Amino acid sequence: MISSTTIWTVIVVLGLGTFVIRFSFLGMTGGRPLPEWMLRHLRYTAVAVLPGLVAPLVIWPAATGGTLDPARMLAALACVGVGLWSRNVLAAMVAGAVTLYAVLGVTAFL
Amino acid sequence: MATTTPKTAFWQGVRDGVPFLLVLTPFGILFGVAATEAGLPLLETMLFSVVVIAGASQFTALQLMVDQTPVLIVLATALAVNLRMAMYSASLTPYLGGAKLWERALIAYFLVDATYACAISRFEREPGWTLRTRIAYFFGAVLPVCPSWYGLTLIGALIGTTIPDWLALDFAVPICFLAMIGPMLRTAAHLAAALTSVILALALAFIPYSLGLLIAALAAMMVGAWVELRMQGRAQPVQS
Repeated sequence: MISSTTIWTVIVVLGLGTFVIRFSFLGMTGGRPLPEWMLRHLRYTAVAVLPGLVAPLVIWPAATGGTLDPARMLAALACVGVGLWSRNVLAAMVAGAVTLYAVLGVTAFL
Repeated sequence: MATTTPKTAFWQGVRDGVPFLLVLTPFGILFGVAATEAGLPLLETMLFSVVVIAGASQFTALQLMVDQTPVLIVLATALAVNLRMAMYSASLTPYLGGAKLWERALIAYFLVDATYACAISRFEREPGWTLRTRIAYFFGAVLPVCPSWYGLTLIGALIGTTIPDWLALDFAVPICFLAMIGPMLRTAAHLAAALTSVILALALAFIPYSLGLLIAALAAMMVGAWVELRMQGRAQPVQS
C-alpha cells in the first residue's frame, strides 16, 4: 500500500518539476532567436526521443514478462511500415492494432 | 494561397488534435485503471492527471511507487522521462517565444506529446503564419486532447479492474508512439536519428532511471544534425 504522504509528494513535486521543464526555454528565451546550430539539433528532437522510448517496449514487452512476442513485434513493424508508406498517423495506428489482434487471435486458436 | 486567420487556425488545430483521441483513449483509461488498482483514491488519481498531465511519467511514477521505491528516486526517474519536454519547449520557442508571459506559461502547461506533435509539424509547414495564428492553432490542438486526458483518467478510475487481459491494452501505448514515428521520417537525417535512438536506447537500457534513453536521444539529435549538414554538401559556419 502506497502511503498518502508519498502520493501527495510525488503529485506536487512531479507536477511542479514537469512544468518547469516545459516552461524552461519558452519562459526564458522570450522571443530571442535561437542559434542555427541549436535549431539544427532541435529539428531531430522527436525522432531522437520517441523511437528510443518505444523500442524497449516492443522488444521486451512487460505483458509477456519481457520476452520477445511475435504479435507485438509484427504489430510494431506493420505500424511503422504503414506510417512510412501512408504518412498518416491514424492509418498506422489502425494497421498496428489490426495486426496485433489478428496475430493474437490466430495464436490463441493454434 | 488563402491567408490563415487565427480563427481558422484554431479549428485546424482542433481537427489535427482529434485523431490523437484514438491514441489517448486507451492510454488515459489505462492510467485510471492502473492507479485505482495500485490503491490510489479517486481524488489523487484525478489530481495526478490534472497536475502532471504527462502520461509516460505518470505510469513511471505509479509503477515505482507500487514497487515501494524511495520518493526521491520516483521523482528523479519520472522527471527524467519528462526531460524530452525541455527539447519540445526549445523547439517551439522560435515559433511561440514572442507570446506574452501568461500565454507562454499556459502553453507550457499544455505542452504534451500530442500538442507538440501537432504544433511542430504544422508550424514547419506554414512558415508564413503570424504569432497570433500559431497561438490560436496551439490552443485548438489542446482542446480535444487535454480535457479528454482528465476525462479518460476518470473513466479508467471508475471502471477500475474490469478490463479483460485479452484486449492486450498494454500495447496501446507503444502503437501510439510507433504510429507517430513513420510519418516523421521525412529525410535521411530523420531516419539516421531514429535508428541511432533505437540502437542506443536498447544498448543502454541497463542504465537505470531512463538515463540511457536521454543519452540515446542526445546522440540521435547530433547524428540527425550531422547528416543534415552532410546532405547539404557544405559546411555551415560554426557558431560560438
